[in-house]
Amino acid sequence: MTLELQKPRPIWQIMFSTHHTDVGLLYLITSLTFLFLGGSLALGIRAELFYPGSQIIADSMTFNRIFTVHGTTLIFLFIIPFASAVGNYYVPIMVRYKDMAYPKLNAIAFWMIPPAGVLIWLGFADFTWYATPPYSIISAPGPAADMWIFGLKILGISSVLGALNFVVTILKCKHPDMSIGQIPLMAWAFLSSSLIIIVAIPTFAAALLMLLTDRLGVSGFFNPAMGGDPIAYAHLFWFTFHPEVYVLVIPAIGMMYEIIPRFSRKPIYSYNSGVFAFVMLSIVGFSSWAHHMYATGMSFTEKTVFMVGTLAAVPASAMHVFNFVATMWNGRIRFATPMMWAVGGIALFFSAGAGGVVNSAMPLDFTTHDTYWVVGHFHLFVMGTIAFGSIGYLYYMFPYVTGRMYNETWGKIHFVLSFIGTILVFFTQHVLGLYGMPRRIYDYPPIPEWIAMNQIATVGAMIIGISMAIFLANMIHSAGKGKPADTDDPFGLGGKYYYPFEAKNPSH
Amino acid sequence: MSGHSNWPEWIYVAVVIALMAWVGAEAWEAERLVEHVPADAKTIIVTGQQWFWTFEHEDGTKEIGELHVEVGKAYKFEIVSTDVNHSFNIHDYVVLIDAIPGRVNTVWFAPDKVGEHDIQCREYCGLIHYNMRGTLYVTEPLS
Repeated sequence: MTLELQKPRPIWQIMFSTHHTDVGLLYLITSLTFLFLGGSLALGIRAELFYPGSQIIADSMTFNRIFTVHGTTLIFLFIIPFASAVGNYYVPIMVRYKDMAYPKLNAIAFWMIPPAGVLIWLGFADFTWYATPPYSIISAPGPAADMWIFGLKILGISSVLGALNFVVTILKCKHPDMSIGQIPLMAWAFLSSSLIIIVAIPTFAAALLMLLTDRLGVSGFFNPAMGGDPIAYAHLFWFTFHPEVYVLVIPAIGMMYEIIPRFSRKPIYSYNSGVFAFVMLSIVGFSSWAHHMYATGMSFTEKTVFMVGTLAAVPASAMHVFNFVATMWNGRIRFATPMMWAVGGIALFFSAGAGGVVNSAMPLDFTTHDTYWVVGHFHLFVMGTIAFGSIGYLYYMFPYVTGRMYNETWGKIHFVLSFIGTILVFFTQHVLGLYGMPRRIYDYPPIPEWIAMNQIATVGAMIIGISMAIFLANMIHSAGKGKPADTDDPFGLGGKYYYPFEAKNPSH
Repeated sequence: MSGHSNWPEWIYVAVVIALMAWVGAEAWEAERLVEHVPADAKTIIVTGQQWFWTFEHEDGTKEIGELHVEVGKAYKFEIVSTDVNHSFNIHDYVVLIDAIPGRVNTVWFAPDKVGEHDIQCREYCGLIHYNMRGTLYVTEPLS
């Protein structure tokens, strides 16, 4: 058994390694570091909004910088690297190959992330994760904005390199005895999301360069004062980042496809519908980008087209939910920690999707657009679905990576607190949006309903904060001093049969 | 395949598709009605700039931060921006459209009750975005 932390090695051996589990471990630790950094910023935001007036953040510029870096960090430096971590550990094993197809490229893709993270954090830009022009061109201050642009540029290249590696590993390096219809659904998830990255990211890469030259004053693509059009940026941005939503969510769904059948002790209800839904999502994901732009003054026809494109993604997402529920139906379910996170994640995925239907319906969007409704809606995806699936999978991987068992009781407490906290924060934010509170505001007028709901959300956020502290303590303590895991059956499901994949490569 | 039949899933998918078609059709119909500007609507030019709203009525009167309209009449807003993107919003009347430099966006409404409502900016526009607010006063007709 190859167990990273149990067999002590000098740190540089792991850092300079190109082996897929070592790179996976580097991805894992980096992404969790940024999870805690970005999460702390969220607690700052919530504490500030507890009551009208200035609470803990001195001025609005600092507040604007904080929510910008919060979003950028958690999307690009937690969610994406975390998926890469899991993919690195498991994809080569699932396709029965000794390593990733291009191990050196794999290590390079990882090592681009820390410098990008440093650029983003040292710069601390203030123009939101969307870097909206013309604000980002004529108004956003100093080197911060440029550092953000370079940071994102590096992260984009890193994503594309990582995605190419996954696609080649899955399509070209899978064992000749395996057909593509036999690779596990999680490998399908990585294949789909990697293909989306390769198609979607170059558009934003181009937009970033145009933004940079606009800032330097040598071009005016998005600057109306020089004949440009900010709406062009909106299209380029969302053409990348609406599909990117699926890049974020598909690997998490894939992780749930690993957890749900194991802990229900039943085969997946329908492999084919899972594959079909992944492929559908990665295609229709490209037909809905401008639903973020209804309020920019789009024509009725444009809005109709993008509403239809958006609604088309719903049946495919719903097929995943059906597949999970049908798999659990009549199963001998064991609610160990990973299963609780996966099931909680599915419930919140459903809620997030239902809220999304409201946003996509044209007239209703004008009530919810750019209010806290939207904040609640997408956080149910990124926190409720993606972080839940990811954390569940982290608990599932833990015994294989460390050779030790995490503390099950504290794992369950972590889940219960996080689940309650997530509902308190993000369901409340939906309602707050219906009362009209705009997003990205440092202060708000003392409207009683706004105050009450902001306070509920802040309390929820603190509960999540406490649960994450428990999580961190559990991980650190158990990695060093936890009970040695029974690596044949760490979750007591009843035998090796239930664990086809371990975080260990038999070909190595 | 595990050999069981998949008919429950197909029924479920059909129900979801039917629901989405219904949502889409209702939304299409509602938006079509909402976008139809009445012919007698009075035009108000709304200018967004960091960080306040300016309103210019048809008769040339200008207001800053406040907007007075008469109950029962239809108004068409023509929204422009002089610097960065803003979003003109009267939440109580579901009036929302972005103010984008270089473009003129239009939206209309017809207040049906006397009262005061908040006007706010709903698109991030920098330092004092949070306080780019105004008040809408819906009054009885003067004449």
